[in-house]
Amino acid sequence: MSEESKTYAYFLGCITPNRYPGIESATKKILKEFGVETEEMIGASCCPAPGVFGSFDMHTWLPVAARNLAIAEEMDLDIVVTCNGCYGSLQEADHLLRGNPKLKEETNKILGEFGREFKGTTKVNHSIVVLHDVIGLDRLKEKITKPMNDVNVAVHYGCHFLKPSEVRGHGSSETPYILEDLMQVTGAKTPEYKDKLMCCGAGGGNRTADAVQSLEWMRQKLVSAIEAGCDCMVHPCAFCHLQLDRGQEEMEKAYGIFLNFPILFATQFIGLAMGMSEKEVGLDQQVTKMPDKLLK
Amino acid sequence: MGTLYEDIIDCGGEIFGEEHLATLRECVQCGKCTGGCPSGRNTALRTRKLMQMALLDMREEIFNSPELWFCSTCYTCYERCPKGVKVTDVIRTIRNLAAKEGHMSVPHRMIGVYVMKTGHAVPIGPDQMKLREAVGLDSQPPTAQKHKDQLEQVQAIFKATHYDAMIDFDWGTMTLKGMDKGGKK
Repeated sequence: MSEESKTYAYFLGCITPNRYPGIESATKKILKEFGVETEEMIGASCCPAPGVFGSFDMHTWLPVAARNLAIAEEMDLDIVVTCNGCYGSLQEADHLLRGNPKLKEETNKILGEFGREFKGTTKVNHSIVVLHDVIGLDRLKEKITKPMNDVNVAVHYGCHFLKPSEVRGHGSSETPYILEDLMQVTGAKTPEYKDKLMCCGAGGGNRTADAVQSLEWMRQKLVSAIEAGCDCMVHPCAFCHLQLDRGQEEMEKAYGIFLNFPILFATQFIGLAMGMSEKEVGLDQQVTKMPDKLLK
Repeated sequence: MGTLYEDIIDCGGEIFGEEHLATLRECVQCGKCTGGCPSGRNTALRTRKLMQMALLDMREEIFNSPELWFCSTCYTCYERCPKGVKVTDVIRTIRNLAAKEGHMSVPHRMIGVYVMKTGHAVPIGPDQMKLREAVGLDSQPPTAQKHKDQLEQVQAIFKATHYDAMIDFDWGTMTLKGMDKGGKK
């Protein structure tokens, strides 16, 4: 556990800054509370989405991702992200380019046209791993002023946070623990539920290919969490957030059912437990409304 | 153009290494991929069938299957395959080949339009700027959408890799060619 201050390049991506800025404000505030600074990455683009652009043309996906990595390298900082898509895309690109000199050379030929170069000197981190491993559960616990003792949280990892596990390195994708640890530090309980490890349904262009079908996966997941007695769902992915929160409004239009099951990004939930207001972490801007027991 | 298997090795191999994609040959049709597939329980996607079709060189049948696009790339099959087939990357590579041959829906092509226009698949607009201000952030993040010179770098990549031509992007109108005729190729 390092007490010295650390600064990360915050790779915002698309959905965090452009749809759910509460995720950005909550993450910045929490990190700052522990002496961890974030710097803006000027000119960063879409990561680009690994299952989407990776599905259409990997030869375009890779240099766009490499350009984003190069921006952080120029800042001489490691990256922190708040979306599994960004995490997957940037970490996979970094992994592939480091392991393949020919691919790196070809990619740098494209980046060189506008004076940039991928060197392989940054590290891609997920914000909740920074909370868990760098700041640590002990220090986090000291800052919990509004314990979530009577709250049952359905943890949802999303796919690209854990998989492929050979690249992510967070242990078995069948028995994850990072979100459970973080939630339990706030006093919350994390009951098992049927579709805990199931995808939100959005990735890989699936949401774009057939929105109503993709919402059906989401419906099954949310219902299984509700059946297990959960009060809300907490996750580490801005793209899942879009599907799980906005998707509930879309589901109402498609099926006439509005579940209003509260969806929170992990730092929004932890922010509440650290005494931040609903407004500060943007939870008043969502489709799903927060119950009193989260806001007391 | 070789067999579909050879094309998968060529196309995906450049990115992941040939041996990564050659794991497809190890498929024993056990069906574990299909059993754990969140899409398969809701759609007609049968991952096992897709792997077999790829090995049987059923190029046109695969490229014309809507199910090819119902994989969310969740990697559950990739993690669980007892023979180590890198299933998700095989599927992504098949999709790359299909897209190159023009099998790409208009909504999927539009995602590329947003990135070429703004640098972002999900760009910001005036309403979202107000949301940012309400949580104490600058109204516009300092991303490629805000900085024209940075956006031009992203656009240069899409030109260099001919992604613009692949989706029929028109730099004059900054959208797909023939959108006035429904955007069909």
